[in-house]
Amino acid sequence: MNVIIAGCGKLGMTIAGNLSAAGYNMTLIDSSDIILEHAIEVVDAMAVRGNCATMAVLNDAGVANAELLIATTGSDELNLLCCMTARSLNPDIHTIARIRNPEYYEQTREMRESFGLSLMVNPEKKAAKAIHKLISLPGFMKRDTFAKDKVEVVEIKVDEGGILADVPLIDLYKIVKCKVLVCVILRDGEVITPDGSTVLKVNDRLFVTAQTNDLSLLLKNLGIISKTADKVMLIGGGGISLYLAEELINSGISVEIIEQNLARCEELAELIPQAEIIHGDAGKHSTLESEGLSTCDAIVSLTGMDELNIITSLYASDHGVSQVITKVGYADDYGMLDRLPIGSLVCPKELSCNTIVRYVRAMTNKEGAALSVHTIADGLAEAVEFKVDDSTLNINVPLKKIKLKKGIIIASIIHKDIPIIPNGDSHFEAGDTIILTTNADKAVLSLNDIFL
Amino acid sequence: MNYKMVGKFLAEILALEAIFMLPSLIISLCDKEYSLSFDFLITILIIMASSGVLMFLCRKAKMGFYQREGYVCAGACWIMLSLFGALPFFFSGRIPNYIDSLFEIVSGFTTTGATILNEVESMPRALLFWRSFSHWIGGMGVLVLLLALVSMGKNNNGFTLHILRAESPGPDVSRIVPKMRQTAVILYVIYLVLTLINYIMLLLGDMDWFEALCTALGTAGTGGFGVRNDSLGSYSSYIIWVTTIFMMLFGINFSLYHLIVTKKFKVAIKDQELHVYLFIILVATTLITFNIRGNYGGTLEAIKHAAFQVSSIVTSTGYCTVDFNLWPDFSRGILLFLMIIGACAGSTGGGFKVIRLILLVKSARRGLKQMLSPNRVEVIRVNGHQISEKVMNTLNIYLTVYVLMMLVSIFLISFDGNSVLTNVSAVMACFNNIGPGFDMVGPLSNFADFSIPSKVVLIFDMLAGRLEIMPILAMCSLSTYRRR
Repeated sequence: MNVIIAGCGKLGMTIAGNLSAAGYNMTLIDSSDIILEHAIEVVDAMAVRGNCATMAVLNDAGVANAELLIATTGSDELNLLCCMTARSLNPDIHTIARIRNPEYYEQTREMRESFGLSLMVNPEKKAAKAIHKLISLPGFMKRDTFAKDKVEVVEIKVDEGGILADVPLIDLYKIVKCKVLVCVILRDGEVITPDGSTVLKVNDRLFVTAQTNDLSLLLKNLGIISKTADKVMLIGGGGISLYLAEELINSGISVEIIEQNLARCEELAELIPQAEIIHGDAGKHSTLESEGLSTCDAIVSLTGMDELNIITSLYASDHGVSQVITKVGYADDYGMLDRLPIGSLVCPKELSCNTIVRYVRAMTNKEGAALSVHTIADGLAEAVEFKVDDSTLNINVPLKKIKLKKGIIIASIIHKDIPIIPNGDSHFEAGDTIILTTNADKAVLSLNDIFL
Repeated sequence: MNYKMVGKFLAEILALEAIFMLPSLIISLCDKEYSLSFDFLITILIIMASSGVLMFLCRKAKMGFYQREGYVCAGACWIMLSLFGALPFFFSGRIPNYIDSLFEIVSGFTTTGATILNEVESMPRALLFWRSFSHWIGGMGVLVLLLALVSMGKNNNGFTLHILRAESPGPDVSRIVPKMRQTAVILYVIYLVLTLINYIMLLLGDMDWFEALCTALGTAGTGGFGVRNDSLGSYSSYIIWVTTIFMMLFGINFSLYHLIVTKKFKVAIKDQELHVYLFIILVATTLITFNIRGNYGGTLEAIKHAAFQVSSIVTSTGYCTVDFNLWPDFSRGILLFLMIIGACAGSTGGGFKVIRLILLVKSARRGLKQMLSPNRVEVIRVNGHQISEKVMNTLNIYLTVYVLMMLVSIFLISFDGNSVLTNVSAVMACFNNIGPGFDMVGPLSNFADFSIPSKVVLIFDMLAGRLEIMPILAMCSLSTYRRR
């Protein structure tokens, strides 16, 4: 399949890397020579320089033979124009645009057809949703929901001296006293597919499937005090802050936003009157202190600078803020950040990339495509949701008799809307939904791919 | 430096070379030249063993492949190919000196076509085939072939790009399809099909199947090893015209053929490099025809020889029909000029490349304009696309090193005491992968009389010329091997 990506920024390149590894024919468009030159050294793709919203450039990029165009330039208007132009050149093309400006987002959604958009992604909104989830149930490093919010894959870190250290998985249920399944363990940057005999080590990061209803029980039994936040401090007043503040206020949590730019402060004050807007430099720790850092239940670092976010989060952790969330723009250095006490990491581009990858896989594989795809374990593994139908193999066979490919674990089976954390005797039927995790060596495109 | 990755690549290239030797082995068996078959067999076994050892040593190669590795990889592969490829000549005793054997095979792989053999016709067919086949392999590039055949895994990143950049002729590699591997496959398919058509056309001219095969392989790779002592002189006019046209075709950028196949004929025909290339051929042929028409029976005969020689030299093939050494100085001057220009980028031809000439002329014109009005800003365009200043800078560096290396080489081989024209044309013919030069290295003579050190210099020139200098320079530069 031929895919065009317009705009080789962070999001564009993440998607390009992901799709090119999956074997698609990629063409990249950017207006800068230097960026393109770097891009084709990282991704096996053709490069076209120019304005992606012009017919000449799109024709150069082979829009007539392309199945999909993804517009991820920094400007919403350009993305829209690019998709519209591409549609007029090739009526059959699928188009995905990144729309970030909240002022456009809703109206664009309604006018999708007339803009010729197949899908729009809003990394900031997605990130805000993910952060909100983390704040509403503190204790997990990351949460991915499946099957209409009934099942989740959550990330838990094994702390030094914690209750989980040196526990063999077979004894795990004695501690947590509810049904969970450890699907993936991330140890020293390598993915381990666990079995009963695997022993947990300090600093392991576990990716655990559980029913959403069991999550608070799980936290309690793990000895993690889960107190719903009353007051959250947001550092930086960008798009994510705006979305997040609205969501938090709607769920009754009070919000304090620290923003450096006075004009933006006034804008925010106008848009979200319930929030407390502080004009100040978050880089100065005295600002944080005077605005009551230690009285906050959670702090979220959301500025545009990764360095500042990391430093602020370190400072907050040091001052005993119970939940710290850090936004990072580049997810490449995850491994290094792992060892720092900066709480949960949220990477907006990764979240949007998931949505787009799912869409692309569904395009190539209309029958039996994944319902959702989530990358977990720093992109080294995936959790994928599939529908079981009559063509699925091994229906009604107990799981212990099914031979799965290496690295694949069936994390959950949703039978008649009731999620089951499976054991060897479980089975699945047509009409069920399956959630499975796989180490991302080879993408699982359809459910039958998992069987040996 | 990621030595293990380079080593792994070398091992794969060597395995490929062992496979390349199989046809020669079969031919020697058919000709009942059993001692020669034995020599080929021994060589194949040596190559396989070396490849196996390398493969074992480098089995834990990690990714991490950058431009530096790409250059060293290309340089090392070509040197290894040549070192092992020379063995059959050496073992069989047909070329008793190893340096001579090396000269012959380097001349083959780099598609130069300069020979040290006085007498070609008495050589066994297996060795003749190996010589001509090496042209074909070297023409499009052996690394490109490997990339086309073997998948480099999904996370190859810039891997293929760095290697293709190092091996492909021209200022920059252009992809004809998004995937590098597919690009390599398409290039080889075009190459193979054109070669086949050429072979069939030659057969239609009642040429012996073996001679036609060797000639077609030599034409395709723009090499120039003939199977007769007088190169193509004794063949019919039909054969000469077919070869003239095909030499010209193989000197054109292959991506244009892809454009034609994908029905973008209009884009292909508008290519500026193609226009200049054809223009050069037309003008040179006309001028030489007028200059030499007295030497031959009629104007037609003169056109035939002029056209043949012009396309042979400009594409860096090096076949000849007559001894152009005897032509007037005016014609020889034109040929010397053509030697430097060479063929189009992205073809199998060698030389400085037409596109570089176009860029240099445009850059010079811009420079002159800017001298007169210093504030003038102008970009250089080819085919409507802007050429970045970085490409122009690289081009200037290339030109400088190109000229310097030629001058140093001429100086080095002049210790042999041959005439200046001999030395200049020998270095030009080797560096630009042409084959024959003038005077003592003219079309009917050869490189046998040079001393061993001079031959080593010329071997170096041929490799540097084929790989467009950088890979060979990178290999010789200490900073390449520094830790980073």
